[in-house]
Amino acid sequence: MIFGKLKILRSHGRQAIPDLSRVELAPTFRGRPELTLTDDMSDVERAAEMCPTGAISVEPFSLDMGRCLFCGECARCARRNIRFTNDYRIGATRREDLVVRPGQSVVPFEQSVVRADIRRMFSRSLQLREVSAGGDASIEMELGATGNVNFDFGRFGVRFTASPRHADGLVLTGPVTINMAEALEICYDSIPAPKLLIVCGSEACSGGLFARSGAVDRSFFDRHEVDLWLPGAPTHPMTFIEAVTRLRGEAGEDRK
Amino acid sequence: MIYHITNNTAAAVPIAEIPVVDYMDLYNDLAERMTEERYHVAHYFATEVSGGGLRFYLLLLDDMESTVMLSSFIPDYYSEEGLASLSALHPAFHPFEREIHELYGIKFNAHPWCKPLRFAFDRCDRNSTMHNYPFYEMNGSSLHEVNVGPIHAGIIEPGAFRFICNGEQVLHLEIALGYQHRGVESEMTRSDNRLRQTVLAESVAGDSAVAHATAYAEIVEKLSSRERSTHLERERAVALELERMAMHIADTGALSMDIGFQLFQVACEALRTMTINTTQAWCGNRFGKGLIRPFGTYFPLTAETVETIRRNVAEIRRRYNEVRCEMKESPSLLARFEQCGVVPREEMWRIGGVGAASRASGLCRDIRSSHPSGVYAEDIRHEPIVKRHGDVMARLMMRCREVLQSADYIEKILSAYTPAEDMPNPDYRSALAPESLSLSLIEGWRGEICHVALTDAEGRIVKYKIKDPSLHNWLALALAVRGEGISDFPICNKSFNLSYCGHDL
Repeated sequence: MIFGKLKILRSHGRQAIPDLSRVELAPTFRGRPELTLTDDMSDVERAAEMCPTGAISVEPFSLDMGRCLFCGECARCARRNIRFTNDYRIGATRREDLVVRPGQSVVPFEQSVVRADIRRMFSRSLQLREVSAGGDASIEMELGATGNVNFDFGRFGVRFTASPRHADGLVLTGPVTINMAEALEICYDSIPAPKLLIVCGSEACSGGLFARSGAVDRSFFDRHEVDLWLPGAPTHPMTFIEAVTRLRGEAGEDRK
Repeated sequence: MIYHITNNTAAAVPIAEIPVVDYMDLYNDLAERMTEERYHVAHYFATEVSGGGLRFYLLLLDDMESTVMLSSFIPDYYSEEGLASLSALHPAFHPFEREIHELYGIKFNAHPWCKPLRFAFDRCDRNSTMHNYPFYEMNGSSLHEVNVGPIHAGIIEPGAFRFICNGEQVLHLEIALGYQHRGVESEMTRSDNRLRQTVLAESVAGDSAVAHATAYAEIVEKLSSRERSTHLERERAVALELERMAMHIADTGALSMDIGFQLFQVACEALRTMTINTTQAWCGNRFGKGLIRPFGTYFPLTAETVETIRRNVAEIRRRYNEVRCEMKESPSLLARFEQCGVVPREEMWRIGGVGAASRASGLCRDIRSSHPSGVYAEDIRHEPIVKRHGDVMARLMMRCREVLQSADYIEKILSAYTPAEDMPNPDYRSALAPESLSLSLIEGWRGEICHVALTDAEGRIVKYKIKDPSLHNWLALALAVRGEGISDFPICNKSFNLSYCGHDL
């Protein structure tokens, strides 16, 4: 019996990614889009018309990652104008920074709007409470994966906790359904201040496909300030890890 | 003729060919027919007809003949009498009748459990809310209630569980859902943008993105007269089996975590990462979003991707098999899983259980063998894995064996695969058959997924109904924990791993 278990261990090997700051994702991964202006913008017009969440604006040309589901259809439709890179460093502290414009090759991470409290209190240990309010389970699984044996974000003191009373912040996923709105509010209220609010996934950032659905109530965002916006469908664990690390003031180098 | 007979591979059916029968004729026929195990309900829903009133559609599956039996009826909308409840005879009908009652206020006489299903935003009675859900009550000085949720301890979706316990022992569990209701079905018909509809299908349940997207793609393809390429069918089957492997491995790990068996947990976490990263290397998304599109794909398999998938799947299979063999020989694991959370075959059948959970109880419901389409109807003669005991261990072993089986299917498809030279691109604009009903059945990793679409005179999809296997199987979980210690709830729950968003839509 013990030999069987040793065999599993040997096959398992060492799984943790040694240096999370140097991770590169598969070339096929669809991350930060890059836009290019051309004289003829008719392809972009068609792409904008097709976009399931209306993330593309033609005049002026821009793509809102907070709405984008990264399906990649626009890049097929307007090959000269839109291209998805495999750059997962797309989290931002301001909602407007998720809007990508032509020629832009980095998503700005505005440090000046990060509250001093966050650095002071949470740079060593950060306990988060996740609330899914209409998330489709893929994003919840990706958040779970941040703590798994591969990414092992727990080694840097970032963990998900069961009780909001033990938490330093809330990670919200899903477009916020009417049926979850109250529970979400109660959970957020239960977290002692100072607290973080992280919005994870394009559906949470904007409502995504359900932005106009009668089953969604986004008034939560009228009442509370968001500290971190993380687009993606679902948000890749590395997007979460990179942005949270940056928020806590650890990532030395700037994004390039 | 009460039924129009079709199957899972045929083209869409003109609505005019679906018989409109008298409800009592259908009721009597079903009362009789449903006593036979070969029949089960795939879908039963109502929809508004032009000129007012409702038309009810029923999709009954005959597993023996591989046929789908369609019927419909139009009750008198203004009648105060209500309809005789089928759930009273066959509990498998309960979620469907509850949905119809919730949305349209149709009365089902003698329905044993006519409670709100998901508090849809367009429900009939707006006074019925989350706050006044009619939980079942039991009185007794030795009983207590435990309420869990809607927010759970882990990083999972919301749902409310209320236990009635006698000491440690659970007497009754009631599961109230609806927190995840996003209005998927009404969003499906909001616009004709088929790309939007495809990504909506992908987000019905993110862990079954491939299965639901395939169901949608087939709906559209059946509504169009164009042939589907066989290459496409093969590649979809590979994606579907990869999804099955990934989720079964994830659940093996999650079950191990809940009993504190860290070795198996971490081994499975790593294997799941490897599986979903294989999907990502193929199509750029770890859950296969973006891969399945109507009529074509932007990610045709190349010789290189085929090689990567085969290599990774072989490695995952080998390492997972090591875990599987060791699990069966770990006394502390067996002590927790065996004879825990038993759902007997008879109960599973009565409530209409489907998919892997039903097969663990000895009830063989598997669309891949009973209503095969594509590769499953040709190269792969799928033989479902069936366990007898219906306990947590059976559900675990079921997953273990299916991972190996799926790996073998992928190898079988890919070892004889020559990548397509000219794979068609997706098509979102093909004309759809007017006034038709299109249905698709897919065996996702949880079980039977059924999508149904109705088109209008211009060929626009005007009604879209989705059924995730969770709709049936949540009740199985509630039955599984009866008589168990409340501390065994987490492992019972994980052994099913049902979808909240797939249920709430």
